[in-house]
Amino acid sequence: MTRLLTTMWLVALLCLSTAHAANLQTYSFDDPSKEALFRELINEIRCPKCQNQTIADSDADLAKDLRDRTYLMVQEGATKQEVVDYMVARYGDFAYYRPPVQTSTLVLWLGPLVVVLAGAGVILWRVRSRGNTDIGLSTDEQAQLAKLRGTSSPTVDTNADKDKGDPS
Amino acid sequence: MAQRSKLKWIILAFPLLLFIWLTIFLLRGLFSDPTELSSALVGKPVPAFELPDVYNPEKMHTEAVLKGRPMLLNVWATWCPTCQAEHAYLNQLADEGVYIVGLNYKDDSRAKAVNWLNTLGDPYQVNLFDERGMVAIDFGVYGAPETFLVNMNGEVVYRHVGDVNERVWKHVLGPKYEAAMAEYLNQPMEAQTAGAGG
Repeated sequence: MTRLLTTMWLVALLCLSTAHAANLQTYSFDDPSKEALFRELINEIRCPKCQNQTIADSDADLAKDLRDRTYLMVQEGATKQEVVDYMVARYGDFAYYRPPVQTSTLVLWLGPLVVVLAGAGVILWRVRSRGNTDIGLSTDEQAQLAKLRGTSSPTVDTNADKDKGDPS
Repeated sequence: MAQRSKLKWIILAFPLLLFIWLTIFLLRGLFSDPTELSSALVGKPVPAFELPDVYNPEKMHTEAVLKGRPMLLNVWATWCPTCQAEHAYLNQLADEGVYIVGLNYKDDSRAKAVNWLNTLGDPYQVNLFDERGMVAIDFGVYGAPETFLVNMNGEVVYRHVGDVNERVWKHVLGPKYEAAMAEYLNQPMEAQTAGAGG
């Protein structure tokens, strides 16, 4: 019985913990497009205090301040880029979940492409080198091949293979 | 033939080299502190602001108080335990002649802040009171304590996150402050007095 009660309490607590999302309801908008922009922004701006959360997710005081600031700017008619620039100017590129394309982040943007190209290159190289096998024979080997082709019948050939496979 | 096998070795060694590079990269990440962000303000002038004094709500200060000589700008609050830990060291630095400006960040009340300064000592030449933390946002502050080093032109040179203690001062902040001071003292005398007046 006590166990059931504990479980119920835990479930109740879990439900409570999602309540902070409801805080966002306090931001009211007349214009639905502004509301959409606000929601898009707070889900893409990273909270500098609690590092792997957006300012929409975070309960930190600073995240609330930044949400308020975002709300004010959006209400005053700021564009998405203006709000992002405002945050980046103060908190650095860190503040935005989409890293800009610049020399220090080039590896992030081009890395996957390089890996795919390298993979394709390796496959191409292997396929081509497999096709080239009979060109790579030395003169000795070519002479041997000619000899085998010229003198031996298919039955002898299989015998020779068997001899090779046998260690004794 | 020799050329070919050389190429083969290079191709074979590539994954190993990649692995070693990745290991070094990840190992370094293991020991770096992700909470220490470099300030976006480094090399830029301090943002414009107008804030009241901690002691006197009537008295207003602007960004001009951060210009004219090298100084530290210390962000603190009474709700911040680390600020209490660093306070004694800030007092000591002030006694040694280091010029420090205080920025009180979103404190519970003005009375609490004044009480703190009266009981623990006041190492600050100027005391700014940022009740809603709006100026702190312009500085890119994301917690307390944070300490900015500002040069004589009012530009941010460095931002330290966390408490200022003897080790930090000796190895990080101190040398940078000394360098900024040397630059300040080496300029012509008349510029120095004019700057200090502003």
